[in-house]
Amino acid sequence: MIQVQNVRKSFGDLEVLKGIDVEVQKGEVLSVIGGSGSGKSTLLYCINAIEKIQGGKILVDNIDVHDKATNKDQLRQKLGMVFQQWNSFPHMTVLENVALAPQVVKKMSKAEAIEIAKKELEHVGLGDKFDVYPTKMSGGQQQRLAIARALAMRPDYMLFDEVTSALDPELVGEVLDTLRVLREEGMTMICVTHEIAFAREVSDQVAFFHQGVIEEIGPPEQVISNPQKETTQSFLSKVLS
Amino acid sequence: MNYEFHWNIVLQKMPELLHGAFVTLHVSVLSMVLGIVIAVFLAIAKMNQVKPFNYVAITWIEIARNTPALFQIYMAYFGLGAFGIHLSPYMAVLSALVFINAGYLAETFRGGFQSIPDAQYNASKSLGMTNVQTYRYIILPQMFRRIYHPMTNQFVWAILMSSLGILVGMNELSGETQRLQSLSFRTLEFFIVTAVLYYIITKFVLLSSALISKRLFRGEI
Repeated sequence: MIQVQNVRKSFGDLEVLKGIDVEVQKGEVLSVIGGSGSGKSTLLYCINAIEKIQGGKILVDNIDVHDKATNKDQLRQKLGMVFQQWNSFPHMTVLENVALAPQVVKKMSKAEAIEIAKKELEHVGLGDKFDVYPTKMSGGQQQRLAIARALAMRPDYMLFDEVTSALDPELVGEVLDTLRVLREEGMTMICVTHEIAFAREVSDQVAFFHQGVIEEIGPPEQVISNPQKETTQSFLSKVLS
Repeated sequence: MNYEFHWNIVLQKMPELLHGAFVTLHVSVLSMVLGIVIAVFLAIAKMNQVKPFNYVAITWIEIARNTPALFQIYMAYFGLGAFGIHLSPYMAVLSALVFINAGYLAETFRGGFQSIPDAQYNASKSLGMTNVQTYRYIILPQMFRRIYHPMTNQFVWAILMSSLGILVGMNELSGETQRLQSLSFRTLEFFIVTAVLYYIITKFVLLSSALISKRLFRGEI
């Protein structure tokens, strides 16, 4: 379970998270929607301890993420993350990209790591790309590679930070399909996204972020189909029009 | 134009010229190896802004990049001599070249480090890799590719700059040429052959560098 409790985060004088509370149970999908600059991506970076927080607490399986005594590198093995900007490692083949972390972090044998990497690449539909260099692939393929790379670490949770935002429209579908597969398999996920229809379809909870606070949170039937707050309504009418 | 070329004398002295060429290669290779090691420290010192190391780094880099190589060789040979530190011509040229290489390469390395997008660090950290693992497997291999060709250029430049050894009587290729031509007065012949030798050396370096890079770097940046 991921528990976010009254989390505050500032960049200099700018407070981007002003007391965020949210919980994600095992097997649940939480989608986070909202305008740019509303703090939704920052929340993921804080859950993954890439960014520090100034107040509150984040617990992942009851481990305090921002406690000084917590081994962040170990903690991150529980949390797979895929970023908005594709960041495949350009100096390695697709297979090497995926097999690297299991070898150096989990100290698996090369054969074992490669077996897992192949399985995960097939999982995301890249079974025919093992020996290709990522720069030769489309953005959608690179994002699926990033998903496979994260999955190869066998994480308990997956964090997706606007993974389709940098893609050409015709490539968005293949990445969302991959996320649907994970959803079917019961993966616990937090998806920061602009794909409202997708959020409505896959989420157990949807949180609407506005200026650093959660304006509205609940099942998609409520937050997306029948929003209560005016800010949510106005946001949705803009992105859905 | 009725200059008569006499190549025989040059051919007779070929072993001495080749020895000079060997010294040239020797001093440039050594100046690169030492220069690279120092440059890594200078680049890190300048990036991390830890006093007083960053001031040392900045001063070093500024002087190396903005004063003539001639000045640096004179400082090493005559300048230090004035303080009672007497370097041999070889050591004077070597230290000047190390000084210059380190200064230029420090900036190259710094650019290399800064050209790796933050996204690469984040991706690597998010997979649970430690800082050391991130540098070892992700950052340094990519940086090395980006600075590989500038580094080769610096090497070629070091070879050519070492010809300034002629000014302090060093027995590298140019110094040897100077000595041999003054014994025979076949100035033009000797310097033509020497120019060809320099050309062969630098071409050899560039070609081997290209071959090595093909083996080393399979993917694309």
